[in-house]
Amino acid sequence: MLPDKGGHFGIYGGRFVPETLMPALLELEKAYAAAKKDKKFQAEVRYYNEHFIGRPTPLFFAERLTKKLGGAKVYLKREDLNHTGAHKINNALAQVLLAHRMGKKRVIAETGAGQHGVATATAAALFGMECHVYMGTEDIRRQKLNVFRMKLLGATVVPVDIGSRTLKDAISEALRDWTTNVRTTHYVMGTVFGPHPYPVMVRDFQSVIGREAKAQIKKAEGRLPDVLIACVGGGSNSMGLFYNFLKDAKVKMVGVEAGGKGIKSGQHAARFAGGSLGVLQGTKSYLLQDRDGQIELTHSVSAGLDYASVGPEHSFYRDAGRIEYTYATDKEAMSAFDLLSMSEGIIPALESAHAVAEAVKRAPGMKKSDIMIVNLSGRGDKDVTQVAEMKGVEV
Amino acid sequence: MSRISEKFRELRGRGETALIPYIMAGDPDLKTTEELIFIIDKSGADMIELGVPFSDPLADGPTIQKAAIRALGSGTHLSGVFGLVKGARKHTEIPIILMLYYNLVLKYGEEKFARDAARAGVDGVIIPDLPPDEAAGMMAAAKAFGLDVIFLLAPTSSDERIRLVERSTGGFIYYVSMTGVTGKQGELDKGIEAQMKKIRRLSKKPVCVGFGISSPEQAAKVASWADGVIVGSAIVRVMEGASGRDAMLRGVGKFVKGLKEGVLSVTAG
Repeated sequence: MLPDKGGHFGIYGGRFVPETLMPALLELEKAYAAAKKDKKFQAEVRYYNEHFIGRPTPLFFAERLTKKLGGAKVYLKREDLNHTGAHKINNALAQVLLAHRMGKKRVIAETGAGQHGVATATAAALFGMECHVYMGTEDIRRQKLNVFRMKLLGATVVPVDIGSRTLKDAISEALRDWTTNVRTTHYVMGTVFGPHPYPVMVRDFQSVIGREAKAQIKKAEGRLPDVLIACVGGGSNSMGLFYNFLKDAKVKMVGVEAGGKGIKSGQHAARFAGGSLGVLQGTKSYLLQDRDGQIELTHSVSAGLDYASVGPEHSFYRDAGRIEYTYATDKEAMSAFDLLSMSEGIIPALESAHAVAEAVKRAPGMKKSDIMIVNLSGRGDKDVTQVAEMKGVEV
Repeated sequence: MSRISEKFRELRGRGETALIPYIMAGDPDLKTTEELIFIIDKSGADMIELGVPFSDPLADGPTIQKAAIRALGSGTHLSGVFGLVKGARKHTEIPIILMLYYNLVLKYGEEKFARDAARAGVDGVIIPDLPPDEAAGMMAAAKAFGLDVIFLLAPTSSDERIRLVERSTGGFIYYVSMTGVTGKQGELDKGIEAQMKKIRRLSKKPVCVGFGISSPEQAAKVASWADGVIVGSAIVRVMEGASGRDAMLRGVGKFVKGLKEGVLSVTAG
């Protein structure tokens, strides 16, 4: 049974946090276990999924892209069509519901690309809760639009100006806030990372993606897909898609990390290509670190993948050989971004463009009867300014 | 008996509370840290807590975060800190406790860490992101080399957590005085006395209090409840505020003396 009682997936996972947070994690674990069994809570989550988020999201056959690539049939799981524009809301809304049920008055969150921050701010507005979102100043610069969206939703965005000024530092600051205000505050972690029970809880809330996709592909094709592809930052959209297929041995799964400027350049966030066992921010997993165990700075064109570690369950399935991990460079992601925009009329998030880039590499080598599902975890509206900047276009 | 336990026995005999100043090793460089150890020792400290810099110090506020950045900037790493302690050990018997984050230990190797720390003359280790629940390997390694692994309790700790830490900790229990990170300035948390009473009821081990203690008056207040008082960020702030190296060394000495007077002004808790 994974994970074990202490939240371990084999040698990964666990709870590596200051003692102040231990009681809160134990309380959260208990509250979540009770909510999981509570039909009323589950019905509430389903209600908001349907009427607020707009689920189920379509599984779309990308016909022109398929023809262009000349191999496997490419389906897109359209998480970009969720309210707020990404899969993040699946988890944020359910966690805010849980926090509400636990009697917490305030929620906090970290954000990289800003999608989880926007999702949490949205859910907090829906339930009338106070919301603080921690965000690195480098990410604030890259994702101005999302910063303003959070403010419009009534959240306070707290700039984090230390370290790499990205997601990692935002998580540290959020954990420090939680340590300080633990009695009144729930920390809405945005991915399958951090101390137990977050990796499990976030996975459960995101597993709706794979549950839907499975039913949808069976309906469309009468069988299971041959391969699933998703990008992996912390790893919540990928685990959300993969989880319900783990036992289907014939379904191949591929997680795509951020290759940045290439592995040799040292400027990337491909933990499985360049990382080793370590402990960061509450959990044991693959980690980009130097010889002494200091955390290395990461780089990716996409803020949402720009992180030094990865969810512990991913590390477990990587070692077990059940999920294959690869990476796409900034350049490959950018050309996939253009390709999908022009061939299907869908502008993907830069994060999701990494998954599309892998589809571009893989589909041509597959049979025309093969089926591939690519998780389109978010839409690219938030990235438009950054992409224009990179193309040297003034908007 | 470890140097730490020996020290508590000696202090109890005199009815005194321990003063445990914290400095970051390598801030601004290891040579200065060695001098600071001697000055702090001579100024009346009973033990010294030595931070090892980490890039992502989860339990620390801005003051110690900045000290860590300076220490990393001067090229400080774990082997360098062991070398520092080894050198200092030739001149002082003061118990030395390392405070560092778990990833540094994991990367170095738990057993190798315990062995090299003990050989260098380190007496105990505080790993704020390693609760007893995850520490079986670390405790076994430390035990083999006679190193105390000191665990923490917090205002939020339940009876069950207190019992777990009481069973697991070596040397003493580190009580975190408030919910939060290091370096908070202002009034002491109102809940310290009550939580200390609860801990005392469930544990016979010495209890030292740290986080947010920044003046001789506060040190005195805490000394009336505790077996030891830990002061960190306030010392780092004294270092930051001094103009020039000599003024900094003198300033730290004077500040530690003041804290000691505060601690001595009350009967041990």
